[in-house]
Amino acid sequence: MTRRFDDAAQLLAPVLLVVATAVLGSFTSRAIEIYFLTAIVSVAIVVAIYVFVGNSGVLSFGQISFVAVGAFAAGVMTIPLESKTGVLPDLYPLLREHTIGNLPSLVLAAAVGGAFAFLVGVPLMRLSGLAAGIATFAVLEITHNLLREWTKIGPGATTLALVPETTDLVQAAIGTVAVIVVAFLYQRSRLGRSLRATREDPAAARAVGIDVHRQRLWAFTLSGALAGLAGGLYVHMLGSITADQVYLELTFITLAMLVIGGVSSLWGAVVGALAVSGLDSFLSEAEQGVGVGFTIDLPQGARLVILGTLMAAVLVLRPSGITGGREFALPRSRRSVPAPAPAPEGGAQ
Amino acid sequence: MSGSFVAALDAQTVVDAIGLGAVYALMAVGIGLVFGVLRLVNFAYGQIVMAGAYTLAFTSQADWPTWAGIAMCVVVVVALSAAMDRLVFRPLRTQSPAVMLVTTFAVAFLLQNVALLIDVRDDTIGEPAASVASLNRAITVWGVDVRKVTIVAIVVAVVALGLLALLLRRTRIGLQMRAAATDFGTARLLGVRANTVIGVAVLLSALLAAAVAVILTVQNPLVSPDFALKDTIIVLVGVVVGGIDRLWTATLGGFAIGFATGVINGALPTDKTVFLPSVVFLLVIGVLLVRPAGLFARGRSGLVERL
Repeated sequence: MTRRFDDAAQLLAPVLLVVATAVLGSFTSRAIEIYFLTAIVSVAIVVAIYVFVGNSGVLSFGQISFVAVGAFAAGVMTIPLESKTGVLPDLYPLLREHTIGNLPSLVLAAAVGGAFAFLVGVPLMRLSGLAAGIATFAVLEITHNLLREWTKIGPGATTLALVPETTDLVQAAIGTVAVIVVAFLYQRSRLGRSLRATREDPAAARAVGIDVHRQRLWAFTLSGALAGLAGGLYVHMLGSITADQVYLELTFITLAMLVIGGVSSLWGAVVGALAVSGLDSFLSEAEQGVGVGFTIDLPQGARLVILGTLMAAVLVLRPSGITGGREFALPRSRRSVPAPAPAPEGGAQ
Repeated sequence: MSGSFVAALDAQTVVDAIGLGAVYALMAVGIGLVFGVLRLVNFAYGQIVMAGAYTLAFTSQADWPTWAGIAMCVVVVVALSAAMDRLVFRPLRTQSPAVMLVTTFAVAFLLQNVALLIDVRDDTIGEPAASVASLNRAITVWGVDVRKVTIVAIVVAVVALGLLALLLRRTRIGLQMRAAATDFGTARLLGVRANTVIGVAVLLSALLAAAVAVILTVQNPLVSPDFALKDTIIVLVGVVVGGIDRLWTATLGGFAIGFATGVINGALPTDKTVFLPSVVFLLVIGVLLVRPAGLFARGRSGLVERL
């Protein structure tokens, strides 16, 4: 009975946190609301990265590629027909002459992200460690290069503008909760547990018959689909996007969120994303000058210095993140369940 | 591979490419030395170079003589490397390679933004370093314009690599470093002092970074916060593709990728190079798939678990 209660809490806590953020955001002005929106969409991106990196223990610098293709797919396909020929004249006719609605564009973003991740994953999932880090980084470089230069599939080096701004707090919250639920169901499934076993001890996992390559490929594809969906939410939030916006800086900031929260748990991914987004928003405001009892007025650029310092400090002092890489647990349940659960959830690496 | 490609691939391009390869080889050695003893890929190496370049720019603006500026550059680079070793690398020694890589990523990001904060005080991004620019003049050898700094780069690379080889082969500390790079645990049991060995590796790596800072600043006298960032990424890729497990394969990887970049940039017109990064990174992925431990590495894969 208590066990089931704990399971529910592990899913409900991150979901409630996201819903609470959305509700809180709905009471604010339009200027402040964007911070809440950004925070919620960040959670979707970070959880998508977590599905692969957290569960497999393999570092990937490439997951933002899937956010990028999702964002550009959803963006290009939702620009109204009448303005499309004008702003994107070089597109393939199929893309130029069709436009789809908001929801289909999100589905498309997830599908494109997942398909791309699968294609990339088939060869790449054989790698691990440093080689995996460099190879996934190469994927990011290739994606960025193609999105920037290939004007038949997108805007090239210019800004993709006129995308309908349909991601409001409700849609962002629903999309992000969906991402969290999928991530939760996956990590509790047979597939997810198998992958987590390969993370803890690859040799032992192979010995009990787990196909490491296949398990990683599953997670990579799922992560790509979720990242694509998050990219769709992202582009519909911004209304315009460039290839540079879904490249190195976003990779850094989302990895920072994941690591600061705690790489090996869903709870860590959500908490890290919200905490860093919150701090980031506060620092952005502080660069303009903000009063909290006394006035804080930071110089321009101090925001990123503080974020960088924080990330380095967390990594050096507490490499398992602020949640310690554990799932959410009610304080009471720790006492009543002394024995470890049959399948340990996200123990420290 | 048309005629124009061959025609453009003249002696001039080759000389410039060798110069670039030499600089990248120096960076590769700097990264490889630290990796050897710490098993840590220092993504922030480029930002150490950047700090040195800023030192050159600021001392030049303060009208210091060139030699004093270069001396100051060495001091700053060594101090920064030592601080990084003490504050970041040392607490991380027992962590996984992934955690260490992400941490140096964070340090790189941090240093770059600190530089930005310092740089924009005069409301423009980029600081000129005029005093070292004279090295950028060219002399003509058999009809080929060779910039002085290219000669300096090649000479420095050859001399530095030669001295390093002597140090590693002929001295006590060199022997200890090689032992530590092979098996740190056993080396420590046999009386190798970890902090000494790591300290020497970091110091040597810093001296190389200072040399790279001077050479790159001469070639590109406008110093900005992303100075050497692109170069570091290319070198890191080259080092891993070459084989980071051993110093000479890492160096060869660095030189090869620098030489290839130089030849391709010199030989192809700009409108044909827009998709070049994709081609290059596809090749990188291909090499990693076939030889995860590196192109020039021996058959065993030390870094990558066998699947």
